[in-house]
Amino acid sequence: MSETTAPRVAVGDELPAIEVRITRADLVRYAGASLDFNPIHLSERFARSVGLPDVIAHGMLTMAIAGRVVTAWGRGELLDYSARFTRPVVVPDDDEGAALTVAGKVAAIDEEDGARIARIALSAHFDGKTVLGKPVARVRLSD
Amino acid sequence: MALDPAFVGREYPACAVYEVSREKIREFAVAIGETDPVHTDPEAAKAAGHPDVIAPPTFTTIINLAAINTIVTDPALGLDYGRMVHGDQAFTYHRPVVAGDELTASSTIEAISRRAGNDFITLRADIADAAGRPVVTARAQLVVRDAEEA
Repeated sequence: MSETTAPRVAVGDELPAIEVRITRADLVRYAGASLDFNPIHLSERFARSVGLPDVIAHGMLTMAIAGRVVTAWGRGELLDYSARFTRPVVVPDDDEGAALTVAGKVAAIDEEDGARIARIALSAHFDGKTVLGKPVARVRLSD
Repeated sequence: MALDPAFVGREYPACAVYEVSREKIREFAVAIGETDPVHTDPEAAKAAGHPDVIAPPTFTTIINLAAINTIVTDPALGLDYGRMVHGDQAFTYHRPVVAGDELTASSTIEAISRRAGNDFITLRADIADAAGRPVVTARAQLVVRDAEEA
Protein backbone atom coordinates (compact mmCIF):
# COMPACT_ATOMS: atom_id res chain seq x y z
CA MET A 1 0.00 0.00 0.00
CA SER A 2 1.40 3.32 -1.02
CA GLU A 3 1.50 6.11 1.54
CA THR A 4 0.79 8.73 -1.06
CA THR A 5 -2.60 9.64 -2.38
CA ALA A 6 -1.22 10.10 -5.88
CA PRO A 7 -3.42 8.43 -8.48
CA ARG A 8 -2.31 5.18 -10.05
CA VAL A 9 0.28 5.69 -12.77
CA ALA A 10 -1.25 5.62 -16.25
CA VAL A 11 0.02 5.70 -19.81
CA GLY A 12 0.38 9.31 -20.92
CA ASP A 13 1.27 10.64 -17.45
CA GLU A 14 3.89 13.37 -17.69
CA LEU A 15 6.83 13.47 -15.30
CA PRO A 16 7.80 16.90 -13.92
CA ALA A 17 10.25 18.45 -16.40
CA ILE A 18 13.49 20.15 -15.35
CA GLU A 19 15.72 22.81 -16.82
CA VAL A 20 19.37 22.70 -15.83
CA ARG A 21 22.23 25.01 -16.71
CA ILE A 22 25.55 23.26 -17.30
CA THR A 23 28.61 25.46 -16.85
CA ARG A 24 32.31 24.79 -17.28
CA ALA A 25 32.55 24.48 -13.48
CA ASP A 26 29.94 21.71 -13.62
CA LEU A 27 32.06 19.86 -16.19
CA VAL A 28 35.13 20.08 -13.96
CA ARG A 29 33.12 18.83 -11.00
CA TYR A 30 31.64 15.96 -13.03
CA ALA A 31 35.03 15.01 -14.47
CA GLY A 32 36.38 14.63 -10.95
CA ALA A 33 33.34 12.75 -9.67
CA SER A 34 33.17 10.33 -12.62
CA LEU A 35 36.93 10.08 -13.25
CA ASP A 36 36.29 10.91 -16.92
CA PHE A 37 39.08 13.30 -17.82
CA ASN A 38 38.69 13.25 -21.59
CA PRO A 39 40.04 16.69 -22.62
CA ILE A 40 37.13 17.36 -25.01
CA HIS A 41 35.21 18.18 -21.81
CA LEU A 42 37.90 20.41 -20.32
CA SER A 43 40.02 22.06 -22.99
CA GLU A 44 38.67 24.35 -25.68
CA ARG A 45 41.96 24.01 -27.56
CA PHE A 46 41.70 20.23 -27.61
CA ALA A 47 37.97 20.21 -28.45
CA ARG A 48 38.57 22.44 -31.48
CA SER A 49 41.51 20.30 -32.59
CA VAL A 50 39.14 17.34 -33.02
CA GLY A 51 36.55 19.36 -34.92
CA LEU A 52 34.16 20.34 -32.14
CA PRO A 53 32.88 23.94 -31.92
CA ASP A 54 33.90 24.23 -28.25
CA VAL A 55 34.11 22.18 -25.05
CA ILE A 56 31.21 19.71 -24.81
CA ALA A 57 29.49 18.17 -21.80
CA HIS A 58 30.09 14.52 -20.94
CA GLY A 59 27.32 12.45 -22.55
CA MET A 60 27.12 10.56 -19.29
CA LEU A 61 26.49 13.85 -17.41
CA THR A 62 23.55 14.59 -19.71
CA MET A 63 22.30 11.04 -19.16
CA ALA A 64 22.69 11.42 -15.38
CA ILE A 65 20.78 14.72 -15.33
CA ALA A 66 18.01 13.21 -17.49
CA GLY A 67 17.80 10.30 -15.05
CA ARG A 68 16.94 12.76 -12.27
CA VAL A 69 13.51 13.22 -13.86
CA VAL A 70 12.82 9.52 -13.25
CA THR A 71 14.30 9.28 -9.75
CA ALA A 72 12.55 12.48 -8.61
CA TRP A 73 9.25 11.05 -9.86
CA GLY A 74 9.78 8.30 -7.29
CA ARG A 75 6.98 5.95 -8.32
CA GLY A 76 8.93 2.70 -8.12
CA GLU A 77 12.17 0.82 -8.55
CA LEU A 78 14.38 1.60 -11.55
CA LEU A 79 15.00 -1.57 -13.58
CA ASP A 80 16.97 -0.25 -16.51
CA TYR A 81 17.99 2.98 -18.17
CA SER A 82 19.50 3.55 -21.61
CA ALA A 83 20.26 6.36 -24.05
CA ARG A 84 22.13 7.09 -27.24
CA PHE A 85 24.43 10.09 -27.48
CA THR A 86 23.26 11.74 -30.67
CA ARG A 87 24.34 15.39 -30.41
CA PRO A 88 26.84 17.19 -28.19
CA VAL A 89 25.89 19.77 -25.57
CA VAL A 90 28.29 22.64 -26.24
CA VAL A 91 29.26 24.50 -23.07
CA PRO A 92 30.52 28.07 -23.54
CA ASP A 93 33.05 29.67 -21.19
CA ASP A 94 30.57 32.04 -19.51
CA ASP A 95 28.42 32.21 -16.38
CA GLU A 96 25.22 31.03 -18.08
CA GLY A 97 26.56 27.80 -19.54
CA ALA A 98 24.32 25.55 -21.64
CA ALA A 99 20.60 25.14 -20.91
CA LEU A 100 19.43 21.54 -20.91
CA THR A 101 15.75 20.69 -20.59
CA VAL A 102 14.51 17.21 -19.77
CA ALA A 103 10.95 15.92 -19.87
CA GLY A 104 9.45 12.47 -19.60
CA LYS A 105 6.19 10.64 -19.91
CA VAL A 106 4.82 7.18 -19.35
CA ALA A 107 4.89 5.60 -22.80
CA ALA A 108 3.67 2.14 -21.84
CA ILE A 109 2.81 -0.05 -18.88
CA ASP A 110 3.48 -3.78 -19.11
CA GLU A 111 2.35 -6.49 -16.73
CA GLU A 112 5.19 -8.84 -15.80
CA ASP A 113 4.85 -11.51 -13.12
CA GLY A 114 2.07 -9.60 -11.43
CA ALA A 115 4.04 -6.34 -11.35
CA ARG A 116 3.32 -3.22 -13.39
CA ILE A 117 6.37 -2.01 -15.30
CA ALA A 118 6.26 1.54 -16.67
CA ARG A 119 8.33 2.46 -19.69
CA ILE A 120 9.33 6.11 -19.38
CA ALA A 121 10.23 7.90 -22.60
CA LEU A 122 12.48 10.84 -21.78
CA SER A 123 13.51 13.71 -23.99
CA ALA A 124 16.54 15.94 -23.51
CA HIS A 125 16.92 19.18 -25.44
CA PHE A 126 19.73 21.68 -25.80
CA ASP A 127 19.51 24.69 -28.10
CA GLY A 128 16.15 23.47 -29.41
CA LYS A 129 17.54 20.13 -30.50
CA THR A 130 17.40 16.67 -29.07
CA VAL A 131 20.71 15.50 -27.56
CA LEU A 132 19.86 11.99 -26.34
CA GLY A 133 18.46 9.36 -28.69
CA LYS A 134 15.69 7.16 -27.30
CA PRO A 135 16.40 7.77 -23.61
CA VAL A 136 14.21 5.18 -21.89
CA ALA A 137 13.88 4.05 -18.28
CA ARG A 138 11.80 1.14 -17.03
CA VAL A 139 10.37 1.35 -13.52
CA ARG A 140 8.63 -1.37 -11.50
CA LEU A 141 5.70 0.61 -10.14
CA SER A 142 5.04 0.55 -6.42
CA ASP A 143 1.37 1.58 -6.74
CA MET B 1 40.39 0.12 -40.08
CA ALA B 2 37.96 -2.72 -39.52
CA LEU B 3 38.00 -4.36 -36.11
CA ASP B 4 38.48 -8.11 -36.15
CA PRO B 5 35.10 -9.85 -35.54
CA ALA B 6 37.04 -12.74 -34.00
CA PHE B 7 37.16 -10.62 -30.83
CA VAL B 8 33.40 -11.07 -30.31
CA GLY B 9 32.90 -13.14 -27.18
CA ARG B 10 36.30 -12.31 -25.76
CA GLU B 11 36.18 -11.87 -22.00
CA TYR B 12 38.38 -9.66 -19.90
CA PRO B 13 39.08 -10.52 -16.27
CA ALA B 14 37.49 -8.59 -13.42
CA CYS B 15 39.12 -5.28 -12.60
CA ALA B 16 40.46 -4.46 -9.14
CA VAL B 17 37.83 -4.22 -6.42
CA TYR B 18 36.09 -0.85 -6.31
CA GLU B 19 35.01 0.04 -2.79
CA VAL B 20 31.97 2.33 -2.79
CA SER B 21 32.20 5.06 -0.16
CA ARG B 22 29.56 7.41 1.21
CA GLU B 23 31.73 10.36 0.27
CA LYS B 24 32.17 9.27 -3.37
CA ILE B 25 28.40 8.80 -3.65
CA ARG B 26 27.89 12.28 -2.19
CA GLU B 27 30.46 13.76 -4.59
CA PHE B 28 28.78 12.09 -7.58
CA ALA B 29 25.28 13.15 -6.50
CA VAL B 30 26.41 16.77 -6.10
CA ALA B 31 28.12 16.68 -9.50
CA ILE B 32 24.89 15.68 -11.27
CA GLY B 33 22.69 18.02 -9.20
CA GLU B 34 20.89 15.18 -7.42
CA THR B 35 19.62 16.40 -4.04
CA ASP B 36 17.63 13.40 -2.74
CA PRO B 37 18.99 12.70 0.78
CA VAL B 38 19.00 8.92 0.12
CA HIS B 39 22.35 9.67 -1.57
CA THR B 40 23.86 11.70 1.27
CA ASP B 41 22.11 10.93 4.57
CA PRO B 42 22.35 7.36 5.93
CA GLU B 43 19.25 7.88 8.10
CA ALA B 44 17.19 9.01 5.11
CA ALA B 45 18.47 6.01 3.16
CA LYS B 46 17.51 3.63 5.99
CA ALA B 47 14.07 5.21 6.24
CA ALA B 48 13.68 4.43 2.52
CA GLY B 49 14.57 0.78 3.16
CA HIS B 50 18.25 0.78 2.18
CA PRO B 51 21.12 -0.42 4.39
CA ASP B 52 23.11 2.78 3.74
CA VAL B 53 23.21 5.66 1.26
CA ILE B 54 22.57 4.50 -2.32
CA ALA B 55 24.29 5.68 -5.48
CA PRO B 56 22.48 7.54 -8.28
CA PRO B 57 21.65 5.28 -11.27
CA THR B 58 24.62 6.21 -13.45
CA PHE B 59 27.22 6.02 -10.64
CA THR B 60 28.71 2.78 -11.96
CA THR B 61 29.93 4.73 -14.99
CA ILE B 62 33.07 5.09 -12.84
CA ILE B 63 33.64 1.32 -12.93
CA ASN B 64 32.24 0.89 -16.43
CA LEU B 65 34.62 3.49 -17.85
CA ALA B 66 37.60 1.72 -16.31
CA ALA B 67 36.41 -1.56 -17.83
CA ILE B 68 35.94 0.08 -21.24
CA ASN B 69 39.41 1.59 -21.08
CA THR B 70 40.94 -1.82 -20.37
CA ILE B 71 39.44 -3.21 -23.57
CA VAL B 72 39.86 -0.30 -25.93
CA THR B 73 43.54 -0.03 -25.05
CA ASP B 74 44.15 -3.76 -25.63
CA PRO B 75 46.93 -3.63 -28.24
CA ALA B 76 45.71 -6.90 -29.77
CA LEU B 77 42.35 -5.30 -30.61
CA GLY B 78 44.08 -2.35 -32.27
CA LEU B 79 41.29 0.16 -31.75
CA ASP B 80 42.10 3.79 -32.65
CA TYR B 81 41.23 5.36 -29.31
CA GLY B 82 41.54 8.94 -30.61
CA ARG B 83 38.71 8.28 -33.11
CA MET B 84 36.39 6.64 -30.63
CA VAL B 85 33.17 8.17 -29.32
CA HIS B 86 30.57 6.84 -26.89
CA GLY B 87 27.56 5.87 -29.01
CA ASP B 88 25.15 4.63 -26.40
CA GLN B 89 24.92 3.39 -22.85
CA ALA B 90 22.50 1.07 -21.10
CA PHE B 91 22.29 -0.02 -17.48
CA THR B 92 20.28 -2.92 -16.09
CA TYR B 93 19.85 -2.75 -12.34
CA HIS B 94 19.73 -5.87 -10.20
CA ARG B 95 19.79 -3.84 -6.97
CA PRO B 96 20.91 -0.32 -5.97
CA VAL B 97 24.61 0.29 -5.35
CA VAL B 98 25.06 0.94 -1.62
CA ALA B 99 27.92 2.55 0.33
CA GLY B 100 30.22 -0.23 1.52
CA ASP B 101 29.77 -2.33 -1.62
CA GLU B 102 32.93 -3.95 -2.95
CA LEU B 103 32.33 -4.14 -6.69
CA THR B 104 34.16 -5.78 -9.55
CA ALA B 105 33.47 -5.61 -13.27
CA SER B 106 34.15 -8.41 -15.72
CA SER B 107 33.88 -7.38 -19.34
CA THR B 108 32.93 -9.07 -22.57
CA ILE B 109 32.98 -7.92 -26.19
CA GLU B 110 29.40 -8.64 -27.24
CA ALA B 111 29.37 -7.43 -30.83
CA ILE B 112 31.53 -5.90 -33.53
CA SER B 113 30.04 -4.52 -36.72
CA ARG B 114 30.90 -2.12 -39.46
CA ARG B 115 28.66 0.19 -41.42
CA ALA B 116 29.03 3.43 -43.36
CA GLY B 117 32.76 3.52 -42.76
CA ASN B 118 32.51 3.24 -38.98
CA ASP B 119 33.31 0.40 -36.62
CA PHE B 120 30.81 -0.35 -33.85
CA ILE B 121 31.81 -2.34 -30.80
CA THR B 122 29.46 -3.32 -27.97
CA LEU B 123 30.99 -4.01 -24.56
CA ARG B 124 29.21 -5.50 -21.58
CA ALA B 125 30.44 -5.04 -18.02
CA ASP B 126 28.97 -7.38 -15.43
CA ILE B 127 29.30 -5.55 -12.14
CA ALA B 128 29.02 -7.81 -9.12
CA ASP B 129 29.34 -7.49 -5.35
CA ALA B 130 31.81 -9.23 -3.02
CA ALA B 131 29.54 -12.31 -2.87
CA GLY B 132 29.59 -12.51 -6.67
CA ARG B 133 25.94 -11.49 -7.00
CA PRO B 134 25.05 -9.23 -9.94
CA VAL B 135 24.46 -5.57 -9.10
CA VAL B 136 24.48 -3.75 -12.44
CA THR B 137 24.94 -4.86 -16.03
CA ALA B 138 26.33 -2.02 -18.16
CA ARG B 139 26.39 -2.07 -21.96
CA ALA B 140 28.22 0.51 -24.01
CA GLN B 141 28.37 0.87 -27.77
CA LEU B 142 31.48 2.64 -28.95
CA VAL B 143 31.87 4.06 -32.44
CA VAL B 144 35.26 4.32 -34.10
CA ARG B 145 35.27 6.66 -37.07
CA ASP B 146 37.52 5.80 -39.98
CA ALA B 147 40.51 8.03 -40.59
CA GLU B 148 39.81 10.56 -43.31
CA GLU B 149 41.19 9.68 -46.71
CA ALA B 150 44.36 11.63 -47.43
